[in-house]
Amino acid sequence: MTTMTSWTVANSRKLARQERRRRLGPLGMLTHLALLVWTLLTVVPILWTFLASVKSEDEIFGDAWSLPAALRWDNFARAWEQAHIGQYMLNSVIVVSFSTFGTMLIGSMAAYVLARYPFRGNRAFYLLFVSGLAFPVYLALTPLFFVVQNMGNVPLVGPFIGLNTHAGLVLVYIAYSMPFTVFFLSAFFRTLPTAVGEAAMVDGASHTRVFFQIMLPMAKPGIISITIFNVLGQWNQYQLPLVLLQERDKWVLTQGIADISTAAGYDQDWSALFAALTLAILPMLVVYTVFQRQIQSGLTSGALK
Amino acid sequence: MIFNRYRRGLFITSFLAAPVILYLVYVISPYIQAFYIAMTDWRGVTATPRFIGLDNFERLLGDGTFWKAVSHNGALLLLLPLITIVIALFFAFLLNVGGPQGLTGIRGSKFYRVVFFFPQVLAVAVVAVLFQQVFRPDGSGMLNGPLMALGIRPIGFLSDPDVAFWSVLGVMVWQAVGFYVVLFSAGLASIPRDMFEAAQIDGAGRLSLFFRITLPLLWDTVQVAWVYLGILALDVFAIVWVMTDQHGGPDFSTTVMAAEIYRNAFQYFRFGYASALGVVMFLFTVGFAILSLRLSRRERIEY
Repeated sequence: MTTMTSWTVANSRKLARQERRRRLGPLGMLTHLALLVWTLLTVVPILWTFLASVKSEDEIFGDAWSLPAALRWDNFARAWEQAHIGQYMLNSVIVVSFSTFGTMLIGSMAAYVLARYPFRGNRAFYLLFVSGLAFPVYLALTPLFFVVQNMGNVPLVGPFIGLNTHAGLVLVYIAYSMPFTVFFLSAFFRTLPTAVGEAAMVDGASHTRVFFQIMLPMAKPGIISITIFNVLGQWNQYQLPLVLLQERDKWVLTQGIADISTAAGYDQDWSALFAALTLAILPMLVVYTVFQRQIQSGLTSGALK
Repeated sequence: MIFNRYRRGLFITSFLAAPVILYLVYVISPYIQAFYIAMTDWRGVTATPRFIGLDNFERLLGDGTFWKAVSHNGALLLLLPLITIVIALFFAFLLNVGGPQGLTGIRGSKFYRVVFFFPQVLAVAVVAVLFQQVFRPDGSGMLNGPLMALGIRPIGFLSDPDVAFWSVLGVMVWQAVGFYVVLFSAGLASIPRDMFEAAQIDGAGRLSLFFRITLPLLWDTVQVAWVYLGILALDVFAIVWVMTDQHGGPDFSTTVMAAEIYRNAFQYFRFGYASALGVVMFLFTVGFAILSLRLSRRERIEY
């Protein structure tokens, strides 16, 4: 009797599952359709841009979806040379290399001390850094412009860190990356075990050495996450360079791209604009495809902390 | 012992000095100055500021353009999180739980996650230029080209004041969705599988699987997403400044607070007035932060 019931139950469950699967059939199709639609929405504008980057001016102003008669690679040459995309990209690489390195170095130092060393004022410093997370940067924009301008008057180093200097922008990037970097990394340092560091101290290692040779390597996952976060954030920054770099030859890539589309007006070189866009997008696409796992987990763990 | 303590203090000071000084000079001091500058009539680079109390704020109350900007930020604050989270939850559910077997997620889910996320790594300024081309008002635009070929009148995505705001919203959703799909997927991965299994055995369909299990257990992550998207909606600048006509749409139909602050400071050189706008924006942001902290104080589900 009991075996009979359990058989019936199992069987009816199986039937129910089959029934459900059949009912979900068309729904399953719809889900695939929805995913496909969003894939196209994501990919098509980008592919369309790539396509336009090898078209001639006439083809761009003809049918929006026509294929190019010939691949005009000279569009890229003009974007690189005449529209200075090469120069802007180099500027971006220089600024972001230094600013990310600086952010990670002094950000992790501050986070480590605040996370692991109780001292008077520790909490106040921590809150000072973290409070920056709550403020919109636009509030500080005007005074920041004058702070950087005044930095130009500092004796000796002034000419290197004032307005229209890359080093000046690097310092600003580092400062504005502090809130999130310190917030994230000090939470991370707090989770690390204390024993290894203490053992090294007993063996006579200095505080500094413990930090660089033990804690920093142990914090590698957190460091990688936040480095990705900062590289992308600083590479994609537009507002701060717009205010602080007003000389054309100092511009970073985002400024250069935004300018080609707005400033030129009627004598616009549209083919070169699409080529420039492609030059800005393609490297990101390649880097992202190679490191997509680290980038996705880096950015989302950054958001969830 | 004393020597040790001295060394410890020296270490702490040396590690904190550089970050604290940079942060005080470039972040804290501008924020504090902004509140004072907001109470001056400071214009232009050479003129000296004169203290005028709350006059800027009084003037700001009658500034129609600024309130337009505020209303756009407000509309984005409501719509951007809502639309983005609904779409992203839907996709995250399909990709992780909602497959034909119910639990496994759909085939090719890894591929979709990679593709959907891609707009996130592009600079907002680059996305803005890209969509400026996509939205072009003539037959050369990616969208208007086919429309005109079908004999439909082209849509002024960026030039029609009634449409331009929705174009901005659309691009912001386009860029954000992938990130939240991945974020929600990460949240879903931490929910034990057997919870879904148990519910399925009890006969839960996909809908109740979503509303009874997924959504409640993902609620914390949804709140984080809501706060992040809210901040994005209040902070929006580059999309509007770069993409829309006249840096804020025809007749200011897409302008936002950040754009008005930048315009007043660096185009009209009204530094005092721009700072006053900044203070108002700051108050909105803090208000939003307090409100969302308040609303999110809710019992967590432990599992």
